[in-house]
Amino acid sequence: MKTLEELKAIRERMQSQVSMRAEDHNHTRVVVGMATCGIASGARPVLTKLSGLVQERNLTDKISVTQTGCIGLCQYEPIVEVMEPGKPKVTYIKMTPDKAEEVLERHLIGGHVVEEYTLSAADIK
Amino acid sequence: MPEISLNVLDVAENSTRAGASLVTITIDADFTSDRLSIVIDDNGCGMTPQQVEQVTDPFFTSRTTRKVGLGVPFFKLAAESTGGSFTIRSEPGVGTTVTAVFVLSHIDRMPLGDINTTIHTLVIYHPDTDFVYRYRYNDRSFTLDTREFRQVLGDIPFASPEISAYIMDYLSENKLETDGGAQY
Repeated sequence: MKTLEELKAIRERMQSQVSMRAEDHNHTRVVVGMATCGIASGARPVLTKLSGLVQERNLTDKISVTQTGCIGLCQYEPIVEVMEPGKPKVTYIKMTPDKAEEVLERHLIGGHVVEEYTLSAADIK
Repeated sequence: MPEISLNVLDVAENSTRAGASLVTITIDADFTSDRLSIVIDDNGCGMTPQQVEQVTDPFFTSRTTRKVGLGVPFFKLAAESTGGSFTIRSEPGVGTTVTAVFVLSHIDRMPLGDINTTIHTLVIYHPDTDFVYRYRYNDRSFTLDTREFRQVLGDIPFASPEISAYIMDYLSENKLETDGGAQY
């Protein structure tokens, strides 16, 4: 069984590092819709993928991945919203873990919105 | 929903939304009695008897973003369609307990699914809520208690990469030791 002793060891290691970053206004927020509609259409793997990639690539001081409830566009779930400081919000719809990785690379790292996955590119009825 | 664990994620979300400071999730798979019991218990704002009655109605929700509320009805249907049961006990100001019992061997029972990721997601994305997670498989069990983690960690956030990884390892290693990697 995994024990709390290991957690104590991790804490010791972390306390010797420079203190944690504060969430400042230069932070990009990535928000995944995790209400019934989101979860039922596959938001959990999208969230897991995004937060995993952000950690893997050491982007946690620039990008925070969080979750939210239903924003009323259930038919477009899983939805990922990207809020970059000083820029209009970008809403990505019908996301998958693969699309999420593409958004991370092209938009969050590369700086170019992946237009074809956005709500504004969708044929709204 | 293709997995029971996604129902748990969804319904436990209601507890955090109800302002609970402590959410206790119990998964109890007992193959002798052929039952899988899931209990989600919180100390949130609770519901009036009238609200409890409405909450299993798919066309009732307290939300304003849409007119349906499917989370609880999905969970109820999933349990009842296996010959199991579904109950909600709630009291305003005290909290809510949701209990779903599944018949393990029933053909319509969906798999438990990735319960580790569900618990991990709940813990990491609700830094202000404490979770107690009890997992029992026949006569073996383990418990995760975020209050214990918090005591060790002080103000180091659960979401920091090292801690997040530890919590995931804690869940997967202890689950494996408890159920021997059983898929059900």
